[in-house]
Amino acid sequence: MRRRSDLGAKLISAPYVVWDILFIVAPLIFVVYYSFTTKSGDFTFDNITQLSRFIPTFIRSIWFGIEATLICLVIAFPTAYIISQRTDRIQRTMVLLVMLPMWTSFLIRTYSWMLILDNNGIINSVLTSLNQAPVRLLGSNAVVLGMVYNFLPYMILPIYSVMAKLDYSMVEAAQDLGGNRATVIKRCIIPMSMPGVVSGITMVFVPSVSTFYISQKLGGGIDLIGDVIERQFQLTQNYNLGASISLVLMVLILVSMAVMNKFSDEGEMVL
Amino acid sequence: MKNLSKIYVFLVFAFLYAPILLLILFSFNSATSTSVFEGFSLKWYRVLFQKEAVLTALGNTVLMAVVSSVISTVLGTAAAVGIDKYKKGIAKTSVMATTNIPMMNPEIVTGISMMLLFVFFGRMLNKGNVLGFTTILIAHVTFCLPYVILTVLPKLRQTDKNLAEAAMDLGCKPGKAFFKVVLPAITPGIITGLIMAFTLSLDDFIITYFTSGPGFQTIPIVIYSMTKKSVKPDMYALSTIIFVSILVLLILYNFAQSKSDAKDKKK
Repeated sequence: MRRRSDLGAKLISAPYVVWDILFIVAPLIFVVYYSFTTKSGDFTFDNITQLSRFIPTFIRSIWFGIEATLICLVIAFPTAYIISQRTDRIQRTMVLLVMLPMWTSFLIRTYSWMLILDNNGIINSVLTSLNQAPVRLLGSNAVVLGMVYNFLPYMILPIYSVMAKLDYSMVEAAQDLGGNRATVIKRCIIPMSMPGVVSGITMVFVPSVSTFYISQKLGGGIDLIGDVIERQFQLTQNYNLGASISLVLMVLILVSMAVMNKFSDEGEMVL
Repeated sequence: MKNLSKIYVFLVFAFLYAPILLLILFSFNSATSTSVFEGFSLKWYRVLFQKEAVLTALGNTVLMAVVSSVISTVLGTAAAVGIDKYKKGIAKTSVMATTNIPMMNPEIVTGISMMLLFVFFGRMLNKGNVLGFTTILIAHVTFCLPYVILTVLPKLRQTDKNLAEAAMDLGCKPGKAFFKVVLPAITPGIITGLIMAFTLSLDDFIITYFTSGPGFQTIPIVIYSMTKKSVKPDMYALSTIIFVSILVLLILYNFAQSKSDAKDKKK
């Protein structure tokens, strides 16, 4: 009896398994297929060898992603800690305030900085009215700012949700044993909130490295790897080259995630 | 120390909100300028509502969110029920690993990979442009599914397996036992998954951008094309409306949740 009902239950997951193969696995196979073929479908390594042109762009994207992630972490960690120390009611309101920008389209959030930083944006129109020369604010700093602004909530929330559930008897024990505030934070709070930090880093780093809209709007001409991919698909229609760049981007991100997870596991063991 | 932390959090929230509030302010600007405020006016809201493309896109977005969230919830719940019964092994590991792919992968890669699939089959079937409602729907269901599965699975694990057994011992057929016993127990997870899928679909730009054609546009796509050329304040008006609707929804959701929390505490 039990066996038969288990079989039935397993069977109702069959439509999903089919979906999974058709629309998750197959598209990735197509990325690989397009990476190694020409427009007419012949096998080639051309798309891969052409990638050397984009090495500086790759490095720039990764660098910007690291910068944005670190800045987010530095801002978010104290924020999450402070929120977790408040009463339930205040915590709830503050979490809501963190989530609200998160649910607002990132196109709108990015564009709101255009309004401020653009060559004839708010800052420059204020400068002009004060008879000062306008400044060029769009560029690499603006791109990193845009990333931090867009993805900061994705760093605050996971760290906060770990901190809100922390076992405070550990903290009290550390205090009883004579640990001062700094020691308690360093030896207790930081190690215990590592799982939140790790998922926060993932949630900020991945979209930052692969963005194209933020750099298009705030970069003032600076290209990131996402922009290059976007152009291959929406402008020049060179799907094969676009696929090979995406393939490398995907592998790079998966590898760095794996390295980070390994790193954080070891870190936890040491602490 | 206490004051310092208050100032710190205030500054973080000021950073998060100042740009959006400026954008809202400028949606009420009577001038066309997007950087000098000249006076209060609702002109840009009027301009916005006269744009047929915006209204069509609004309908499209809601339609897409409803259809894709319902499909992904049904498919995802069924998947979770099955996966929950899988024994440890290659089948389970590979299904779970592939389920995680859309959550791990950069959205742009998910977007272009689906586009390649659609374009390839479009060429095989000799159709000019396949990108449209169906392809966006498939893409939305695909990226919503993992979220539904991962919210329903933990609920299934928490459910006492003996309950369904007991119902069957008492004469229920497996299907009836599922609907009478298991389904009510996992409903909160299903609803969370449904809401998540709905909001994800509503808000998605990147994946939609690569899987949509000129025939079917959603609000994020409209916003994107509005910001491509020189922006008029009607885009700010649209953003303000979106922001306020999300604010209202979040407050309602929060209110409902705190009420149900209070109920739980009373129990």
